[in-house]
Formats: sequence, structure tokens, C-alpha cells
Amino acid sequence: MLDSRSPALRRPVLELTSAGLYCPAGGFHVDPWGQVDRAVVTHGHSDHARPGHAAYEGSALGEGIVRRRLGTDIAYQGHPYGEAFRIGDALVSFHPAGHVLGSAQVRIEVDGEVWVVSGDYKREPDPSCTPFELVPCDGFVTEATFALPIYRWDAGARVIDEVLAWWDENVRQGRTSIVFCYALGKAQRLLAEIGARLDRPVFLHGALLSMVDAYRDAGVELASTMAVSDQPKADRFRGEFVLAPPSAMASTWMRRFTNPSTAFVSGWMRVRGQRRRRGYDRGFVLSDHVDWPDVVRTVEETGARQVLATHGYADSLARFLREERGLDARPIETLYEGERDDG
Amino acid sequence: MRRFAELYATLDSTTKTGAKVDAMVAYFQAVPSADAAWALFFLTGQRLKRLISSRTLRLWALEATGLPDWLVDESYAAVGDTAETVALLLDALGTATPAADSLSVWMDERILPLRGASDDEQRRQVVAWWRALDREQRFLLNKLLTGGFRVGVAKGLVVRAVAKLAALEPAVVSHRLMGQPAPTPAFFAGLIAGDDGGADDSRPYPFFLASPLEQPPTSLGRLDDWLAEWKWDGIRGQLVKRRGAAYLWSRGEDLVTERFPEIVAAAGRLADGTVLDGEILAWRDDVLPFALLQKRIGRLRLDARTLREAPARFLAYDLLEADGVDLRAAAQHQRRSRLEAVLAGAPAGLGVSPLVVAADWEDLARRRDDARGRGVEGLMLKRRDAPYQVGRRRGDWWKWKVDPLSVDAVLVYAQAGSGRRANLFTDYTFAVWEAERLVPFAKAYSGLDDSEIRELDRWIRRHTVERFGPVRSVPAAQVFEVAFEGIQRSPRHKSGIAVRFPRIARWRRDKRPADADTLASLRDLLHTNAEATRDTGEME
Repeated sequence: MLDSRSPALRRPVLELTSAGLYCPAGGFHVDPWGQVDRAVVTHGHSDHARPGHAAYEGSALGEGIVRRRLGTDIAYQGHPYGEAFRIGDALVSFHPAGHVLGSAQVRIEVDGEVWVVSGDYKREPDPSCTPFELVPCDGFVTEATFALPIYRWDAGARVIDEVLAWWDENVRQGRTSIVFCYALGKAQRLLAEIGARLDRPVFLHGALLSMVDAYRDAGVELASTMAVSDQPKADRFRGEFVLAPPSAMASTWMRRFTNPSTAFVSGWMRVRGQRRRRGYDRGFVLSDHVDWPDVVRTVEETGARQVLATHGYADSLARFLREERGLDARPIETLYEGERDDG
Repeated sequence: MRRFAELYATLDSTTKTGAKVDAMVAYFQAVPSADAAWALFFLTGQRLKRLISSRTLRLWALEATGLPDWLVDESYAAVGDTAETVALLLDALGTATPAADSLSVWMDERILPLRGASDDEQRRQVVAWWRALDREQRFLLNKLLTGGFRVGVAKGLVVRAVAKLAALEPAVVSHRLMGQPAPTPAFFAGLIAGDDGGADDSRPYPFFLASPLEQPPTSLGRLDDWLAEWKWDGIRGQLVKRRGAAYLWSRGEDLVTERFPEIVAAAGRLADGTVLDGEILAWRDDVLPFALLQKRIGRLRLDARTLREAPARFLAYDLLEADGVDLRAAAQHQRRSRLEAVLAGAPAGLGVSPLVVAADWEDLARRRDDARGRGVEGLMLKRRDAPYQVGRRRGDWWKWKVDPLSVDAVLVYAQAGSGRRANLFTDYTFAVWEAERLVPFAKAYSGLDDSEIRELDRWIRRHTVERFGPVRSVPAAQVFEVAFEGIQRSPRHKSGIAVRFPRIARWRRDKRPADADTLASLRDLLHTNAEATRDTGEME
């Protein structure tokens, strides 16, 4: 008779179902896209925390963001980083992913086997969220948004220097600096970086206000901000710095600015064709996702023998880890979008 | 090369024409004329012959970074440009603070001498350069080595910058820049000199370009004030004969002399100091389809069979220089009479584009309706007493094309078709310019023949910039004439415009993306075609 607990016959810790990654031992999904009874969510971005689940488990720090996005009435149980709890036969804990405020890697332990679902993550320092924590594991589910060797980030501090130099130049020319970026994460990272260096207010497009409030509620230090819509129209914005979501670029909202200089802040700006196609004056390369060296390093440091790669260049990363690093790695099809490039 | 890399970055990163001009002027003022000459060479769109193939460059990068080849290929697919892919990958080596060697030192003493070196020496040299440069300069170096270097700046802006620098009229600079400026300090000195003392024999004049006629022709006044000619479906060209030699220039300022031996032979009968403006056409007794002409440009080698199947002729419609004297200030009808005299009894490869004579505008409109049957695009209307001007100046030269409406547009996205065309990229999205941005305005699924579809499919696969599910974006490189039956305002479309029955009229290999039409010209069509399309119902 075979031992029913032999690894060969044991159910895997995680399975891919039509609703997303599923943990049979705990009876829960991680960042599911179908509607499920219990969703463990890594962070508040809309491709990871979706509406309609009966119950949510997430990080305590991420609760404010998820509730602002999905409604205050959702059943959300917040857990401090590092505190393990049981769901069914699985031991679950959240660990900082360094992606956005409250973003977490999910550690799942079943019968001594440990899997970590990274969600989105980065290793680069970011004053607006808790730094990434390395969690050793047997199996690692990693994002692969920028998993090609052309994606290699300069130090964030250097990019911020470039952004501020551009702002200075625009001040000299009496132009408004309008920076387009994602409403959750990048905007607050910029505000935290600017707040740490300058004592000048930053103006915000209305779509950013709620998430900026969520960060302040969680105690993150940001530059002082004012809503663009509260200002008299005239020449109020000459020399000022304005943050807006990418969708505002082509809207009538832009008309209030005379002679603006525009920039897009994203990892995609690393490629010249991407910069040129969008028609922004400048592209700054700053991402909340791991670059190529960091994704390879992280996989190696976790000690994982099995690796599942999701979204972006999952195929390339998995093949590289298989052929060049001898790991059991494969891509899985998910509906995660990573850093969207359709700004 | 640092300064030039900075200039390149500035030109690349701003969409404001004023800022581009200022950046060029500042560069020209700051550097020695040897550097300025090389910069000008590249700014005017000239290229070095390829020194190193893209494949070789990738191979060296692979060795330098230790990456597997398939991963370099994947990276290339995401970037769509070898020089850039390699520069991005080389970041793994760290970046140096490069010595401040000038562009001309790089060009004259390093890059050009590489041509004679052995493969091994080339590799050793290039890898050593990579290690000594930063990212921007590596990119530039790679571009120069692979012969793919182009700066995204319109020639008109370069002309403005030089004119500003030298305090000259833009028209003078424009003329001096015609042809193929040499990357030498002497050329640059002549370019900005008060008087350049006559330049090289091959130099053509800047083309005078017609504007599309959008209002009714009666608004032009009396027909007697105008000369009408057929608008030929060929390649605009200038035939220059000076000191015993003939030069044939296309409107893209490419010297195409070798492509058309029969025209050059015919030009041997012209007197020295003669410059004709006209159309290069495929011709046997009468005009032949444009596609035949493309064979003459497209084929790598011009063999006897191509010459036989696609015979060419130059049909002149203007005389810009006679007996070595610039005639551009003379009136259109005077130039015309002299043209007819100069070409009387010319050999078969050379002819005069005939005038189209009509009793009144209505009569002329009827003649225009014949255009398609004659294999021409419509009529040209030229004011009898107008001089020959520079560039596209509205007022004196009009092109009065027959329907359908069409614009030259740039391919921006492609999607695989279905059925017979499954796995082939056959559904194309086209865009026109708005300032320096391409705005998509139409999708077209038909108009190319099977061999063109296969060729374009291969190009799309090799040049994919990004994939959005089944849709691929490609760099702005391929220009197509997109024809359509009607045009209407549409808030549902990003361009604000919807066109009816768009299809590809032809692949304009002879045009560069910068030559494509603008959203403004589409909107102009909107105004003038409101009447025509009012009752045609729902648009695509």
C-alpha cells in the first residue's frame, strides 16, 4: 500500500482553477478573478482585489485601500504582517512585498510545504510602503511584468533627481509640470519622495485624491497636496507640479493649463518606442515592479525549487529559470495585468 | 559624442518644434565645424552604409552579457530595434563616464576606419568602446554602426536652425542643403557662408509642392489665369544636366540616376545647365500602373527583364534652370514655353506633360472625370503668372484629384486575420500625424495583393514593438495610401473622424512616415466633403 501522504499523491498546495489560484487544503483562492467564497488578496490594485467575493483576507495595512476601492461594507479581515493564522488545514501569513502600501506576499504552509505567492513586488526602496521581505519557500509564484533583461532600473533616487531637475527647468520657463502616473502606488511614491526633499505643495487631479487620503490615513508622510479643481483657473499653475492619471492626458481637464510640459512615469518608459508613441514630453523610468536582475535574484534567494511565473514575460522568465538555473519553473495563465501600458 | 548624444536626446524627447530648433542652433554654435558637419549629415536624414550587421551586433552583445540567444531575441521583439536592445542589455556591464571625444573624432578616426578591419578586430574594438561609454552613447554608437541612425526631426526644422545660425533666408539654406551634403567642415562652412560660390553640379532645387484643392475650382477665379495639366501617378523627380553629366533626383532627395538608365540616356541630349521638374513614370506608349515603377525602385539589381517589363519615361512640366540660369522667379507660362522649346524633338525617354485645355471650369471638371480612365490621379492647376516657390505654399499650385478621397497614412497596429488569412497579419490600423503624434483613424483589411500581404506580415513580425493580445504595434515606418468613399465627424473615434469603406490604395514605399498626412488635412476633407457624404448613411 502506498502511503496516502507521499508527496506524489498529495494534492498540491496550490492549483490553478478557472477562478484563479486555489489552495485546496485551506479552501481559499489567492487574488481570484472569478467570484469565490474566500479570497486572500495581495494588494489593492484592481486586477488583484476584485469585487464580489463573499469574504476577503488581506494585510492590515492594505485594508483602507481595498475598502475604498471595493466598498466599506465588504467582509475584509485584516492581518498584521508576519502573523500566521489558519484557514482550514493551511497556515497563512502576509509579508511585505514593497509594491504599494499594504501590498503583501502570501505565505501558505500545508503539511510542512511552504508556498509564497508574491503578488506584485519590488526590491527598490520606496518611502511610501514597507520594504520587501524575503520569505524562504519550496514553491514561489512570481510576477514577471518586466522579466526581460532589457528592463533594469536605475536607482530610484537618481530618477527622482531627474524628475526634480525637469521640474526646475519648467519653473524657469514658467511652465506647468504635469506628471501622469498610476493613481495607486506611483503617485504616492512620488509624493513621499518629493515630501522628503522639498517643502512645496503638489497639485492633484481629482482621481488621485482618495488614494492619497488612504495613504495619509495609514500614516505615510507625503508632500502637502492641493486639488487642481479647488483652484481658480487663470494662471495659477505656472511653475507648479501636478499629478494626474494617464487618462487625463487626452481629456478637457488639460485645457486649464497654459503651456504645460508633460511626463509619464512608468517602467515602460525604458523603451524609446514606448516613450515616443505616447507623445509625452518626457518619460521617467520608475516602476513598482521588480526588474530583471531583481526577479532572478529573488527567485534564487527564496530557495524555491518550483516556480510559477505570472503575467508579463512569464514564458521568458520560466524558460530562463529552467534552462539557465535548473529550476522547475513554468508560466501560468492569469488575468493579472501588472503595470498596464495603455496609459 | 556626448554633446551630440545630448542633442539627440533633446530632439527625441520634445515634441515642440521651437525647442528642437533652439537645441540645434545651440549645438551648432557650441561645437567645431567638423562636428557640426557630421551632425548636419545625420540631421538631414543621410545614413552611413552599414558597417556591422544587426545580427553580428546581437551576437557580440550576447557574448558580452552571457545571455542565451533566445532571450536576446525575446528582448529584441519587445524593443523592435537592435541598436537599442543591445544598448539596454549592455547596462548589465555597468556604465562608464566616457571621455569627451567629439563626434567627428568618433566618425573620422574610429567608426569609418572600422570598415577595413577584420571581423575579429571589429569585435574587439566595438566591445572595448561599449565598455568605455554610457547608455546613451552606446545606443548612438550601435545606431551608427548598423547604419540605422535617424534623428526624428523634420528637414524643415534643420533648415530653420541653420538659417537662424547663419542669418540666411530659409529658402537659400534649403537649396544649399538639397542633394547629399558632405560631412566635411568645408561643406558646413559653405552652407553658412554669405555666398557659397556655386556648389556641386548635382544639386537640385527644392521642390515646389501643390496643395490639395478642397474648395470648388470656380473660387480660383478665371480659368484663363490657370494652366491645367494631368496629375501623374508616378514619382516626382528633378532631372539635372550640368557639365556633361545627368542626375535624377526623386522628391525624397534620393539620387535615383542608376535606376533609370533610359532617362539618363535621353538627358544626354540636353544642354549643360538644364534642370527639369517632372514625373518619373512607367511608360509604354502610354502611362503604366505605378506598381510597375515600384519594381524599378524596389529591385536590388536592375536586370534586363525589369528594364523590359517596366520601361520608364520622364515627363517634364517645369524648367527650373536653362543655360545655367535659375529661372524660378520667371512666370509659370514663361517657364512653360521655354520648357517646350528645350524639349522639342527630345528622345523617347523624355517628354513634356501636355496642357489640358478646356473652355471653362465646367468643361475642365468633365475632363477631370476622365482621369481614372487615363491612369492619372486628376488635374494640376498652376497659376499662369506664379514663380516656382519652395515647399508647400498654398495659392499657386493645386492638385485637383478625382475621388475617392485618400490620404497617406502610417501603419501603427496590425492584427491577424481569420480564415484564409489566419496567422497572417492582414488587419491594419492606420494613423495620421497630429503635431508629432500618430492618431489612428482607420482600419483597412483589403487592398494589398497576396505577395505584399506576406511581405508586410514578415515585416510586422520582425518589428513588433508591443503585443496587446492579438494586436501588435509596429514602429512608424510603413506608409500607405488609404482611400475611402466618405468622411464624417465621429465622437466615438479617437481621431474624431470616421471614414467610409477605407482600403489600401497602395503601399507607398517611396514615402517616409514623416511624409504622411496630418489630422488637420483629414479635417479639411471633412469640411469640403460634408455635402458629398451627407446622404450616405452610417459610417464605418
